[in-house]
Amino acid sequence: MPVIELAATINGVRIDDDFAEAFPMCGTAIQITAINEKWALEAATKMTGFATSVIACGCEGGIERVLSPEETRDGRPGVRVLFFGFDPGGLESQVTTRLGQCILTCPTAACYADYEAETTIDLGSAIRYFADGFQVSKKFAGKHFWRMPVMEGEFLCEAKTGYTADGVGGGNLLIMARDVRGALAASEAAVEAMKAVPGVIMPFPGGIVRSGSKVGGKYKGMMASTNDAYCPTLRGATDSKLDDDIGSVLEIVIDGMTADAVSAAMAAGIKAITDLGPDQGACRIGAGNYGGGLGPHHFKLKDLLP
Amino acid sequence: MSALTFRLKGEPDERIDCSSLVPDRLKSLGSSEIEKLPVGTTKRGLVAGDVFEISGDDAADIRFEGGSSRLDRIGERMSEGAIRVSGDAGFRVGRVMSGGDLQVEGSVGDLCGSGLEGGCIRVKGDCGAKLGGPDAGEMKGMSGGTIRVHGNAGERAGDRMRRGTILIDGDCGKDAASRMIAGTLIVGGHARGAPGRLMKRGTLLLMGGAERFTPTFVDAGVHDLLILKLMADGLRETFGDVPFDGSAMRKMSGDTAVLGLGEVYLPA
Repeated sequence: MPVIELAATINGVRIDDDFAEAFPMCGTAIQITAINEKWALEAATKMTGFATSVIACGCEGGIERVLSPEETRDGRPGVRVLFFGFDPGGLESQVTTRLGQCILTCPTAACYADYEAETTIDLGSAIRYFADGFQVSKKFAGKHFWRMPVMEGEFLCEAKTGYTADGVGGGNLLIMARDVRGALAASEAAVEAMKAVPGVIMPFPGGIVRSGSKVGGKYKGMMASTNDAYCPTLRGATDSKLDDDIGSVLEIVIDGMTADAVSAAMAAGIKAITDLGPDQGACRIGAGNYGGGLGPHHFKLKDLLP
Repeated sequence: MSALTFRLKGEPDERIDCSSLVPDRLKSLGSSEIEKLPVGTTKRGLVAGDVFEISGDDAADIRFEGGSSRLDRIGERMSEGAIRVSGDAGFRVGRVMSGGDLQVEGSVGDLCGSGLEGGCIRVKGDCGAKLGGPDAGEMKGMSGGTIRVHGNAGERAGDRMRRGTILIDGDCGKDAASRMIAGTLIVGGHARGAPGRLMKRGTLLLMGGAERFTPTFVDAGVHDLLILKLMADGLRETFGDVPFDGSAMRKMSGDTAVLGLGEVYLPA
């Protein structure tokens, strides 16, 4: 007997009549380039490390995509990175700290703004004092850069980048399968499909969360705790939302520069999972929410069907 | 609407002050009022209608047809719109301009872009001394904007320059970027005298080398810097072509007689 109403069954995959509840966030984008793709990815990977959840990490961040030399500001291989925070101050603090520790330090890396907006946060303007008075400001063609002499040569960083207050954090899919192999295969297929959508990141490891959470917990001070309703080993011991054929659940969390981007990514994910089917992947797709009273963005799965 | 055009009736027999013929001032005036604007510099009291045949009505697009080296202060303090001069112009062209676009098809006199704060000035011919520099008694030269001179520049281009970019395709006269505070000066040709004398900060690119440097400049070696490529690309987007390509260059640091944080780049 289904625990949640069914919206549809596509290629044998059941889709809940449910919705993902998401929240407004401030989002920004930067471009990291380096002498080759290896070092651009090295810098970007370091910078977006420990940026899975804004509650514990201060921000959520990830690599949106790899850029070809033709797409970057300085004609070198690069990476586009997105960061999200609750407010502009918190976002700036996280981005500049990570910039100073992970990009400034990375051989051959340079950093540029990659989001045009009236509202901005500091990049190079915040870390220029590392150069101890030898920093050089350069403004030309409407752009402002800081040049910082370093032992390797010179670190080049744009002064500021734009941010949007219309970002969305917490779009999600719950991927339910007979076993962990099927859940992982379906989740990986969904993440790959979502990567093709511009303006979104999936900030957890490989884009996938195995420990989805609910708000609060039985212990004092816990802001989040295990989502027992979706834990297969607790079926029977808790108010489970899992059917008998579900043996493993994974979640994909999606942050986007716009609600439309999150919506498009969720739709791409659903299509990839249903294309894969229940034999190799998942047999059910759901979404996480808090009853609809907390987040203003509601992404209904039935509106995102392929 | 058509461009507001000032066609010179003949070579003026006195210097003409064109500082009032800017979009900011003319946009609220009718044609009869524009004709009565004083432009003379002697007790004769010449007005615009005495010197120019005036036609058109778009004050955001001003044309001077038939230039003269006696047409002074064209575009002075303009903050918006465009001015195009089909010929030569006198001194103080675009002085303290804060926005807009000013093009001169011929050559201009001294103090072009003096105290420039914003906008873009393009001179197809040569320019006189103190391009982008300060007027007498002023502590700072240009503090923003961009100047492109396709020909040669006179002495002390970029004197006391504080911010902005000057691009000279040809040669420049003695002591370019003297007392430079910051900003960027690019010279496609040869720089005479001792460029960068007493510069504190700022960047000089001298693609045709320099006559000499003061002994207070030191060689910092050859460097391949991203900023040079970005500058070349950025200025190319604005101007179409630039006299450098962003490849590695030799850096001279100076002037150590003062702060010493300036940089002069020469072809490697």
